[in-house]
Amino acid sequence: MADSLADPGFDSPNDPARRANGGAGAGISVSLKVNGTSHALTLDPRTTILDLVREHLELTGTKKGCDQGQCGACTVLIDGRRVVSCLTFAVMCEGAEITTVEGLAVNGALHPLQQAFIDHDAFQCGYCTPGQICSAAGLIAEGKAKTAEEIRELMSGNICRCGAYTNIVAAIQQAMGRS
Amino acid sequence: MIEFQYARATDVADAVRQMAGNPGAKLVAGGTNLIDLMKMEVERPAKLIDITRLPLKQVEDTPGGGLRIGALVRNSDLAYLEAVEQRYPVLASAIKSGASQQLRNMATTGGNLLQRTRCAYFYDTTTPCNKRAPGSGCSAIGGHNRMHAILGTSDACIAVHPSDMCVALAILEAKVHVTGASGDRSIAFADFHRLPGDTPQRDTNLDAGEIITAVELPPKGFARNYSYLKIRDRLSYAFALVSAAVGLELDGDTIKEARFALGGVAHKPWRDPRAEAALQGQPANAATFARAADVLLRDARGYEHNNFKIDLARRCLVRALTQAARGTPQSQSSKKIA
Repeated sequence: MADSLADPGFDSPNDPARRANGGAGAGISVSLKVNGTSHALTLDPRTTILDLVREHLELTGTKKGCDQGQCGACTVLIDGRRVVSCLTFAVMCEGAEITTVEGLAVNGALHPLQQAFIDHDAFQCGYCTPGQICSAAGLIAEGKAKTAEEIRELMSGNICRCGAYTNIVAAIQQAMGRS
Repeated sequence: MIEFQYARATDVADAVRQMAGNPGAKLVAGGTNLIDLMKMEVERPAKLIDITRLPLKQVEDTPGGGLRIGALVRNSDLAYLEAVEQRYPVLASAIKSGASQQLRNMATTGGNLLQRTRCAYFYDTTTPCNKRAPGSGCSAIGGHNRMHAILGTSDACIAVHPSDMCVALAILEAKVHVTGASGDRSIAFADFHRLPGDTPQRDTNLDAGEIITAVELPPKGFARNYSYLKIRDRLSYAFALVSAAVGLELDGDTIKEARFALGGVAHKPWRDPRAEAALQGQPANAATFARAADVLLRDARGYEHNNFKIDLARRCLVRALTQAARGTPQSQSSKKIA
């Protein structure tokens, strides 16, 4: 190759045999629950929980932000713990119970966090909000944050590019019964 | 992402068996770094072996008064464990300063040790990188190297190890228990991670196919006089520019023993027995701390954009030593540095 920049001297990631669907990675069985509903699925092992809920189960409340574990928009609860769904392979969640933002309301009544986010105008564009709310639900369950400072620190995995942080903290404090 | 085969390991022996003779296989547990790297196609394993079901989730007291932490104990569980908060608070503090709670809920003890550098060139498959593609060159030398190493570098690589937890484990002199096809062994923490030399593709001294089973802490935890001080570009959820883990044993104002390590400055947590010896028997004050920092950083070298780290590391260490000596460790929720 004439242009040395074009050939950096390592092999190309383009490997058609390993990119095509239905090859080495096809067809792993997994059973899990999403928002209380059981699913028995056969999945390409590359499928993340984020892609599972959005693309397979049509639960599009969970948002894909960075898809690299850096923004928190995809936060869901797995067995009650908050995690980033973009870095979680679904096939590794055999037997798990997953809660997305759609699973927080009970019989049509908003979860206290959902109501608090409305009460405090804790969002602008709303894209990070499902992740913020799921993360806050995990935070409250953990019981480690007591002060606004501690809420800020333990919510730092959820980026809000509109900068609604002040109201997000207020909303979480309300839901914690501290406002 | 490139396709891979997926298999669940049933026990440790099964995982070892599946890894043996399968250089394309990788273990996966928390996945917080591996899956990220697979998306970028920096890591392209032919097979993933899921070890999350293995019985490596216990934390146990050892007969000698230490603590043995199973490799699959999650970072968040470890950080809030009473035995860690009470006996090894520098470790609890370091863990809490790293990543976010979501990621700490996923990441495991063993995986934290095995995370790769966040050097942007390592992640960018369109650029040369000796760690990702040996022999292709180092783009960070002469490139954007603000986050890069100032100690222990080589002409092949100036990447840093990104872990906070490991900086604390370095001063606690943890032992890493591993197993593989040729049996069990334990590795002193100082010997676990490598400097880049001319083989930057190797981050650790684990042999091919070996699995971390536990991390063992000796009894000495420096619970009275410690600090973990992390300096970064935003107040939370960012990798260290520089960090310092400190443990002191004091007799009045006199230092009986000092241990300290820097993070964010080298390919491994940076400890130096000569610098620690410089504090032994000395009064705990700013002058002796500054001398120890001079010894620790005597061979530091900047690469232009990271020149500032040399002075920052010196100040960070002196401040952390001061916090430890006063018994006022850095809080990981209030970011005020006292």
